[in-house]
Amino acid sequence: MKLSLRIWRQPDADTKGRMVSYEIDEISEDASFLEMLDMLNERLISDGADPVAFDHDCREGICGACSLVIDGQAHGPQAATTTCQLHMRKFKDGDTIDVEPWRAGAFPVVKDLVVDRSAFDRIIQAGGYISAPTGTAPDAHAVPIPKQDADAAFSAAACIGCGACVAACPNGSGMLFMAAKVAHLGLTPQGQPERHTRVLGMVAEHDASGFGGCTNTGECSAACPKEIGLDVIGQLNRDFRRAAVRAA
Amino acid sequence: MSMDFYREGEAIADTKAPSGPISERWEQRRFSGRLVNPANRRKLRVIVVGTGLAGASAAATLGELGYRVANYCFQDSARRAHSIAAQGGINAAKNYRNDGDSVHRLFYDTVKGGDFRSRESNVHRLAEVSTEIIDQCVAQGVPFAREYGGLLDNRSFGGAQVSRTFYARGQTGQQLLLGAYQALQRQVAAGTVDLHTRHEMLELIIADGKARGIVVRDLVTGEVSTEIADAVVLATGGYGNVFFLSTNAKGCNVTASWRAHRKGAYFANPCYTQIHPTCIPQSGEHQSKLTLMSESLRNDGRVWVPKVGGDERAPADIPEDERDYYLERRYPAFGNLVPRDIASRAAKVVCDEGRGVGPGGLGVYLDFADAIGRLGKDAVQAKYGNLFDMYERITGENPYERPMRIYPAVHYTMGGLWVDYDLSSNIPGLFVTGEANFSDHGANRLGASALMQGLSDGYFVLPNTISDYLADGPFEKLDEDHEAVVAARKEVDDRVEFFLRNNGDRTVDSFHRELGKIMWEYCGMERSDEGLRKAIGLIRDLKAEFYKRVKVTGHAEQLNQELEKAGRVADFFELGELMCIDALHRTESCGGHFRAESQTEEGEAKRDDEHFSYVAAWEFGGEEPVLHKEALEFEYVKPTQRSYK
Amino acid sequence: MSTDLRKRTDARPVKRAHTPLPPWRSNIGLKIVMAVSGILLVLFLIAHMAGNLHIFEGREEMNAYAAGLRDFGAPLLPHESLLWVMRIGLLAAIGAHIASSIIVTHRSIHARPVRYASKKPAKGESRHAVATMRWGAVVVFFFVIWHLLDLTWRTVNPVKDIHDAYGAVVATFDPERWPVTVFYLLALVALGFHLRHGIWSAVQTIAGPSTKWRKRTQAIALAVAVLIVAGFAIVPLAVTFGLVS
Ligand SMILES: Cc1cc2nc3c(=O)[nH]c(=O)nc-3n(C[C@H](O)[C@H](O)[C@H](O)COP(=O)(O)OP(=O)(O)OC[C@H]3O[C@@H](n4cnc5c(N)ncnc54)[C@H](O)[C@@H]3O)c2cc1C
Ligand code: HEM
Ligand code: HEM
Ligand code: SF4
Ligand code: F3S
Ligand code: FES
Repeated sequence: MKLSLRIWRQPDADTKGRMVSYEIDEISEDASFLEMLDMLNERLISDGADPVAFDHDCREGICGACSLVIDGQAHGPQAATTTCQLHMRKFKDGDTIDVEPWRAGAFPVVKDLVVDRSAFDRIIQAGGYISAPTGTAPDAHAVPIPKQDADAAFSAAACIGCGACVAACPNGSGMLFMAAKVAHLGLTPQGQPERHTRVLGMVAEHDASGFGGCTNTGECSAACPKEIGLDVIGQLNRDFRRAAVRAA
Repeated sequence: MSMDFYREGEAIADTKAPSGPISERWEQRRFSGRLVNPANRRKLRVIVVGTGLAGASAAATLGELGYRVANYCFQDSARRAHSIAAQGGINAAKNYRNDGDSVHRLFYDTVKGGDFRSRESNVHRLAEVSTEIIDQCVAQGVPFAREYGGLLDNRSFGGAQVSRTFYARGQTGQQLLLGAYQALQRQVAAGTVDLHTRHEMLELIIADGKARGIVVRDLVTGEVSTEIADAVVLATGGYGNVFFLSTNAKGCNVTASWRAHRKGAYFANPCYTQIHPTCIPQSGEHQSKLTLMSESLRNDGRVWVPKVGGDERAPADIPEDERDYYLERRYPAFGNLVPRDIASRAAKVVCDEGRGVGPGGLGVYLDFADAIGRLGKDAVQAKYGNLFDMYERITGENPYERPMRIYPAVHYTMGGLWVDYDLSSNIPGLFVTGEANFSDHGANRLGASALMQGLSDGYFVLPNTISDYLADGPFEKLDEDHEAVVAARKEVDDRVEFFLRNNGDRTVDSFHRELGKIMWEYCGMERSDEGLRKAIGLIRDLKAEFYKRVKVTGHAEQLNQELEKAGRVADFFELGELMCIDALHRTESCGGHFRAESQTEEGEAKRDDEHFSYVAAWEFGGEEPVLHKEALEFEYVKPTQRSYK
Repeated sequence: MSTDLRKRTDARPVKRAHTPLPPWRSNIGLKIVMAVSGILLVLFLIAHMAGNLHIFEGREEMNAYAAGLRDFGAPLLPHESLLWVMRIGLLAAIGAHIASSIIVTHRSIHARPVRYASKKPAKGESRHAVATMRWGAVVVFFFVIWHLLDLTWRTVNPVKDIHDAYGAVVATFDPERWPVTVFYLLALVALGFHLRHGIWSAVQTIAGPSTKWRKRTQAIALAVAVLIVAGFAIVPLAVTFGLVS
């Protein structure tokens, strides 16, 4: 198939960027979206031009590295699908496709389509863990966990930290990512002792990193490749309210 | 230069492994190894390269112990290490099922599964530690699958007769890694671990015979800097990407290990690669990686191809009696559940006979029609829904209506840097953990045992063994202008400089693809004397052309992904050559290494214990590497010919 | 390069918007303030709307009701005490509501400094909420000001007799003054959108319901919003079309 692409090019963090148009031909519809960009880059390099930089690694929807806003949608048009799992058969011959980086104050552009998501790591550092130093653990069967709790915890823990929620959120909020972790750990018995300090610490870091406040528009959940639901945000709000009252 | 491309050096031995009853060796070693008192730990700096299961667990644990840790990864976050992609599960000898499992049985299965090419002491330790791993992960909040009673669920995996595999849906690696990642972030917050993401290690610094630091490039700013420490731990993963197409992430590379190898670290059993039977076949030249479909599919799917080649009919139109369920036919006892190496080779055989299906005839059917008939569509969906969806997303075909097409793909590399019982390489102060070392899987890794090894190394083994070395530290201060440091830096600067100046006319990927094709063709599922010799020649020519014609755009002081790839591919060339030489010298078949010349009349792998019961540890020697043999003794598991008939 | 911990991280400084804030100043903290004040405002509106409906009982009843509000508790309590209590509460709520909403909105704008080049089709559960909340709020704000000048202080209302609320309402929606009526109705629509999202958003912020209950809350919020808007709108419409005069 033949396509026209409009891709955000930005040499580095400090230089202004712009959308640049490219024509590309002979794309197999079995190719993945990133493979299509690979082909574009092969051509750009042969022409001595700078290839388009984008984050990717596993290319099977689990590492959370890939991060493209395609036609205005984080991870593109297909629901519950990461950019790397999106295939060209989802597009029509002759389409014009816009490709942009995640847009958020907390995710500054590093180059072209690559952004800096280290703010997510800082949120985890601020409490997104259970303190269990190596060797201190009791037998795994010491505390049974009801299946439905374990399953719910897993569904929240399935978050791949891609940041599509932030990219899709009109407020540039990292609420869904943060809430998924708070819900995961809050649903396990092992997570209870630190439940309150965890949520207060993570929320403070989230705001300090420049993420916006959640006003419950739900775009994040719609864009989330792992279909994390808004209920985790509700749980975060509940935990936060209780924790804040206790702290006060 | 000999006809075999290598020289033989003197034999080596694992001097740290204790003798005595196998079940007491680990205990013994922990006691005999020296300790570092807590006050001194703060004065000791340890570099850990890698944030996968092996790296993150080690860095977090060393930080908890009070060492000052510097941790590196090339991804933008530690959480994206390739361990995240592991699907199936992790083994542990908990015997929660009361189905006769035990530390000894896990030990026995792993040694046998490795086709008697691994060390008994190491494997037994792995089996012992396995139970602690599960406890540790549960304490971290890892959401393993559970039963209605609230207790942990298990499944049998990769043809094991006991259910000892713990799992978290199809995302076990992800959940285990997030557990380790969170423990790591906790230490970063505590200030004991200094984490550097988007940094790539490009050289090892050796001063006065000791590994003392690394040279890294900041992938964002391009700044090249050095990190000095008292010990260096490499947890940099596997090198399957030498084949270009593999189930590994695009960034997986051998550079860290290879730089250490060039500086004197032995590389053991490089030719042992695992080819996974159930991957989604290549759909065209554009293909950039292959996707694994969990092995569990073989529990209910039936593998077949048309009886006669060139059968163009749709699978549904091919009547039963014109189908060849070749695994069930050749291995009545295990049927579709034979181990990975056997299933993979069988698929290759039928495709070589021209009976393969799909593009290029490189694929076989994995058919769920029977399972759907027997269990009903819903039951099948409940079990494999997410896998079926993934398959449909990638191929556009609906596996509920049309059988899946699968084909083997490179998945894991058993070989790696040589380490002793303490996980120390032959360079003092250089330790290697996880897939990057060669230690525990012999010639073939059993399913669900790599996660086990990575975490065992990182949480429990290394933190105990490294103290014996660090007890001699802190070592004397190294300055930036020490000649070893300056020299290492210069090597890096020169390489970067070379690639950017070369200005050839071919992309890095085009070379990588071509190298991959050579490796897959001649050093893949089946290897032969003739093929391997040919491959070595081809690789050397291609390497020469690479240095002449490779083109890298951009400059050094920026994010430059082409520059990163160029350095990695350059190292893959040298590794590929060594893999072929290793495969050529090992004229027996064992585990993942199948030599056409060494097979039984039924075409099964034939080991040659008399001549090859050893670890091949290679010393870097440019065009002519030096082979050091470490003899393997088997006191507890007597080698037998594997049979799954 | 030093081997000292923390040194090498200086290579790339951490980009942080500001230093961490106490819980109540966090986005969620402010949203709770916004939600509570918002709910108070909703309650006022419901009461207010119900009160307005007295108009259909005729001039005496309506004015009696208005007077009743003023003389509540008399002679024990001073004149207009209830009204003042209510007004103070109302002012506090609107103040808190507006202040918190302005801070949160301001932060959100900074959190999303660059727009996407290609328009993004909304997919979320509360589509276009941000636009309707922000613009609706501004409209409602100006409406309230006009409304006070009109029906409370009568500055812009022909009927100056404070005790004749009925007359004032009828006068204000006189067919001659149709632009005023149109303005009221538009403001009501804006308010409706504001409430449709606002009410469930408030519940999500305070209570964080399960998925099942979240869906229900959204339905209830829509119903309440429609009810309030209809209850208010019927008065001007009735007057303009001469059902009340
Ligand atoms: C698709 C797939 C499925 C699998 N499923 C299973 C399973 O079900 N069960 C099982 O037991 N095993 C499984 N495996 C194998 C297992 O996942 C891996 O062997 C294991 O996770 C390796 O972990 P590691 O920590 O050694 O390396 P990795 O997780 O690969 O980590 C390597 C780390 O090193 C860093 N690094 C590498 N080079 C450099 C450099 N030059 N400079 C700086 N940093 C560097 C990387 O950034 C990364 O952080 C699977 C593997 C694959 C590919
Ligand atoms: C009768 C008047 C009003 C009522 C009944 C009302 C009600 C509400 C409610 C219930 C919320 C939800 C709070 C939350 O999401 O947690 C809300 C949000 C909000 N209100 Fe109001 N409000 C009114 C007037 C105003 C005014 C005058 C302004 C500003 C000038 C305003 C600005 C906002 C903003 C910006 C939000 C947040 C948007 C969001 O949550 O998505 N509101 N309002
Ligand atoms: C369109 C239908 C409406 C009518 C007919 C109406 C009528 C009135 C009248 C008659 C009063 C004066 C009461 C008195 O002083 O005795 C009043 C006051 C008031 N109205 Fe309305 N109103 C309407 C809609 C609204 C809306 C939509 C809002 C808010 C968003 C609102 C907010 C107020 C406020 C804040 C006061 C002042 C209350 C006080 O004096 O303490 N009104 N309204
Ligand atoms: S919540 Fe969803 S969208 Fe957000 S980071 Fe996690 S996986 Fe990505
Ligand atoms: S889109 Fe943004 S507003 Fe909240 S619900 Fe999601 S974070
Ligand atoms: S590249 Fe890993 S999720 Fe897309």
